[in-house]
Amino acid sequence: MIKDQEYLKSKASYCLDLAKKLGATDASVTVENSIAETVSFRNKVLDESNRSDSLAISIETYIGKKKSSISSSNLLDENLKTLIEKCFETTKITPEDEFNSLPDKELLAKNIKDLNLYDQSHLENDKKIDYLKELEETASSDEKIINTESGFTENKSNFILANSDGFCNGYKSSSFTASCVTVAKNENSMERDYEFTSKCHLNDISNPLELGKIVAEQTIKKLSPKKIGSDKITIIFDKRISKGFLSSFAGAISASSIARGTSFLKDKVNQQIFSNSINIIDKPDLIKGIGSKCFDSEGVKTETLNLVNSGILSNYLVDTYNGKKLNLKSNGRSGGSTNLYFENGKISYDDLLKSHSKILYVTETIGHGTNLVTGDYSVGATGFLVENGEFKHSVNEITIAGNFNEMFKNITLANDLEFKYSVNSPTMMIDGMTVAGK
Amino acid sequence: MSNFFTKSDLTRKDADNIVSETLKNCDDGELYFEESKSESILLDDDKIKSSNYSSDLGFGFRAVSQEVVAYSHSNEISKESLINSSENLKSTLKSSKGTYNYEIPRTNKKFYEDINPIEQKSLNSKLEVLNKVNDYLRKKDSKVKQVTASFSGEQKSIEIIRAGGEALTDIRPLIRFNVSVMLEKNGRKETGVYGIGGRQSYDEYLKNDNWKNVCKEALRIASVNLESKPAPAGEMQVVLGPGWPAILIHEAIGHGLEGDFNRKKTSAFHDLMGQKVASEGVTIVDDGTIDKRRGSLSIDDEGTPTERTVLIENGILKNFMQDRLNARLMNTKSTGSGRRENYKHIVLPRMRNTMMLSGNQTQDEMIKSVDKGIFAVSFGGGQVDITSGKFVFNCTEAYEINNGKIGSPIKGATLIGDGPSILKEVSMVGNDMMMDPGIGTCGKAGQGVPVGVAQPSILIDKMTVGGTKL
Repeated sequence: MIKDQEYLKSKASYCLDLAKKLGATDASVTVENSIAETVSFRNKVLDESNRSDSLAISIETYIGKKKSSISSSNLLDENLKTLIEKCFETTKITPEDEFNSLPDKELLAKNIKDLNLYDQSHLENDKKIDYLKELEETASSDEKIINTESGFTENKSNFILANSDGFCNGYKSSSFTASCVTVAKNENSMERDYEFTSKCHLNDISNPLELGKIVAEQTIKKLSPKKIGSDKITIIFDKRISKGFLSSFAGAISASSIARGTSFLKDKVNQQIFSNSINIIDKPDLIKGIGSKCFDSEGVKTETLNLVNSGILSNYLVDTYNGKKLNLKSNGRSGGSTNLYFENGKISYDDLLKSHSKILYVTETIGHGTNLVTGDYSVGATGFLVENGEFKHSVNEITIAGNFNEMFKNITLANDLEFKYSVNSPTMMIDGMTVAGK
Repeated sequence: MSNFFTKSDLTRKDADNIVSETLKNCDDGELYFEESKSESILLDDDKIKSSNYSSDLGFGFRAVSQEVVAYSHSNEISKESLINSSENLKSTLKSSKGTYNYEIPRTNKKFYEDINPIEQKSLNSKLEVLNKVNDYLRKKDSKVKQVTASFSGEQKSIEIIRAGGEALTDIRPLIRFNVSVMLEKNGRKETGVYGIGGRQSYDEYLKNDNWKNVCKEALRIASVNLESKPAPAGEMQVVLGPGWPAILIHEAIGHGLEGDFNRKKTSAFHDLMGQKVASEGVTIVDDGTIDKRRGSLSIDDEGTPTERTVLIENGILKNFMQDRLNARLMNTKSTGSGRRENYKHIVLPRMRNTMMLSGNQTQDEMIKSVDKGIFAVSFGGGQVDITSGKFVFNCTEAYEINNGKIGSPIKGATLIGDGPSILKEVSMVGNDMMMDPGIGTCGKAGQGVPVGVAQPSILIDKMTVGGTKL
């Protein structure tokens, strides 16, 4: 069983009291417990079971504008006492930073909405095994599939965030995740692909037959890839890739990148950075949302932010420290975005595929080729060549490259948004990128 | 050492009994205790931005039956908690009929000292170095607009208790010092990053004002990038510099030679043992025994002494890297490659220090032989798709080569290649093998572990360069 609020609160107040007693002017504490149970399958037999029970505490102590932090997984009072003393001693000799402080009191979350993020259902390991059996049976029904691996994870967690200004809140959340990776082989190549489902509530996850069917189809479709020539070509990014551009965007508008001057979007507020059909929203209070948060990691209330309106950047993601530096109020984004998404475009997925006679459809990228300082983008890619709306053959061992400044202005979105991750995008088309191949 | 039993109702005898009882019908398994102390101190934007200290204590209990692994971990060290874990493992492996191998190899060799680097240097003197770095760089070049410098240090103590009461221990220090600098000129911004580290005290790396060399190198890379132009796109010849660019070997070849992917036949190398996978003259080893290196270990996380494993000898595939589980299932022995990020994770076969050994050509000869290509000196991260064998990595310092001469620096481009065939495209191997500066972290299945790489300069005849200039 995960630890209840009372236990977490008692640990938090023990730490706050002790820090105050030692002479800290302010302090904040997070205590978290999570229990995860995973069952993994490989080629239709049990491969691994894993139970993880983790407790963690992190404490920040302030002496005026001096601050330092400690973290530990050992919650025995005696150990906490040693650590807090060490933290306090470190704080004393850490130089002042005028922007260090707890969040403004009036910004702290007061009404904690119930977003239905916790499902108390427990799926016994035997039931998880049944799910994975069905999943792998379906996934391996075609003989071209030579290997299947799958896993089911049930995660429950509970936390408390408390600070010396009287904030003390937390809540339980849960997630249920099933995933499958298959390997397909024919005389020309061996390919791998994946599919997964992850929800806060057990009843909302995809059924295993559906998941197994999709992953097998996707993998088989990748067989016998060809390399294509180097060219400027229109690219369509599958939803699982297009969401990555949103994550990069979120990184570039975080107040810390802006305050440090290391973002290509610095000083771009109120400027056109996307084409005028693009709207980007960050919505923290989505019911059962995977990224939903009642308050941020400092306790600041979170509200829906329209980050981009008709292509114009209207907000950064602001936390207390960097907000003070930029002369902005925290908008409850310490710890980043919540449920971040592009609003739907106007064109259907099918029409998007038919919009050009020759399109590269990207389903996977590899490498870390995103530079948020310059906006340069260059990654390895695999996908398909689409001609006149038809998938011709799979493509691999190519790279795609461009710069976000131009790419963002050439985005066309389909109208097929769904909330599968905490960051979500419809299928995306970008004109004018460079493909390097043969 | 056993700190693990001092503040708990769990006694050593209890632990031995529970482990032996739980694993009696299993093929393998152990109880792994870990205590880690770590710190990170960061200077950024002209200030000490954060100083964090962390202590972590926990155990991971593993039972293995045939190829099934049951694992349970907790950071509550008590008799009750260990019994709960034991029950959890037994319920997964109800019908196990394995034979436990009580004998394990042992070693007295140690490749680093039992030190705690965090305690060996005062916080004040660490803060002082970081401030000196900031002042030095900002004074040295007026184009410097941002400086980030950090120390991170760790001491990890482990104890492995096997069924039958055998116990193995290790104390592992690790530090890293890193400097990143951003320059701005005419509105254009570029960064340069350099770092050093390994399994010794901070002062071993900082003596003789060595921090200045780290600063200079970061500044040099940023300055080169400030003058860079768009990279070419397409297939061409690539010369790799010595040292850190060996992450190409790590990504392209190393991961594909890890035992688990080959047992499961998901690696592109699984049926190539004994065959020619690289050009003649190419020899690659994975070595956990180099003194004080970042990827070195006296024993691995299953207690097996580490070794120097020859992976490819003169072009021929000789060995995979194995942990106990994959070695047993493939009828071979562990190469001491069983590693985990911490007690929260299961052991996997992983790389340590992966090195391509020197040949006898010079870097000059390589550059002179190239009509049109690129010379890649340093890289950021890389990644591989084990199954298709395709791998990428990103240049952080690279130049054009035109008609045998090094030309302008080019912007960070991704290089992409095919793991199983790339080493057959190596046409020259340099005589200048160098280790990396001690900064690598390898990710696999969500677990990061410190690794090292080394190589001489090499010439690759055909790779795809992912620039924007057609």
